[in-house]
Amino acid sequence: MAKANEIKYLTAIKQEKPKKKFCRFKKYGIKYIDYKDVEFLKKFVNEQGKILPRRLTGNSLKYQRKVSDAIKKARQMALLPFVTDLLK
Amino acid sequence: MSNYELMVIFTPVLSEEEFKAAQKKYADFITENGGSIARSNPWGLKSLAYPIQKKTTGIYWVLEYSAPSSFNEKFKIQMLRDEQIMRHMITALDKYAVEYNAKKRSGVPTGTEKVEA
Repeated sequence: MAKANEIKYLTAIKQEKPKKKFCRFKKYGIKYIDYKDVEFLKKFVNEQGKILPRRLTGNSLKYQRKVSDAIKKARQMALLPFVTDLLK
Repeated sequence: MSNYELMVIFTPVLSEEEFKAAQKKYADFITENGGSIARSNPWGLKSLAYPIQKKTTGIYWVLEYSAPSSFNEKFKIQMLRDEQIMRHMITALDKYAVEYNAKKRSGVPTGTEKVEA
């Protein structure tokens, strides 16, 4: 007697295909990341205020470094917190 | 004459005319030493992301200027001596940064708006 969890589906379960990530700086031609533009930098920071890794943001290495530099400058000038909860 | 951008946080106890006087003092200091001011942009009183020197608010001031490369050391000494200034940061601007600031000032979309999360 087949166990309950071995249910065979007629058609394969359609997993949600991960959205193709792209480097938004190359795509939109952004050359300079301003450390004063806090709203834009918040997209690259998680709730605790930590910098998101490249595999999540999809940035290319060159712009990921510029983003992290800008975030560190913003933290230095108290525009972004070093550590917090529920930043968004 | 390379381009620099200065961001300064003054103590919040500063009154309006003291704030203007400090701005003028530093602007004159730059022009005296052969620099030139591109743009001064006082943000005014803003709350800080974390307390600095036990204060949770500060008066922000952003100044874009160009100056000879030997000038910034003197400028830093001046600012470290001034107790009204809680924190300052001088960043060098490359050509993309200058173009970004110019676009930002004239309201041309700089591409960061249409970037979704």
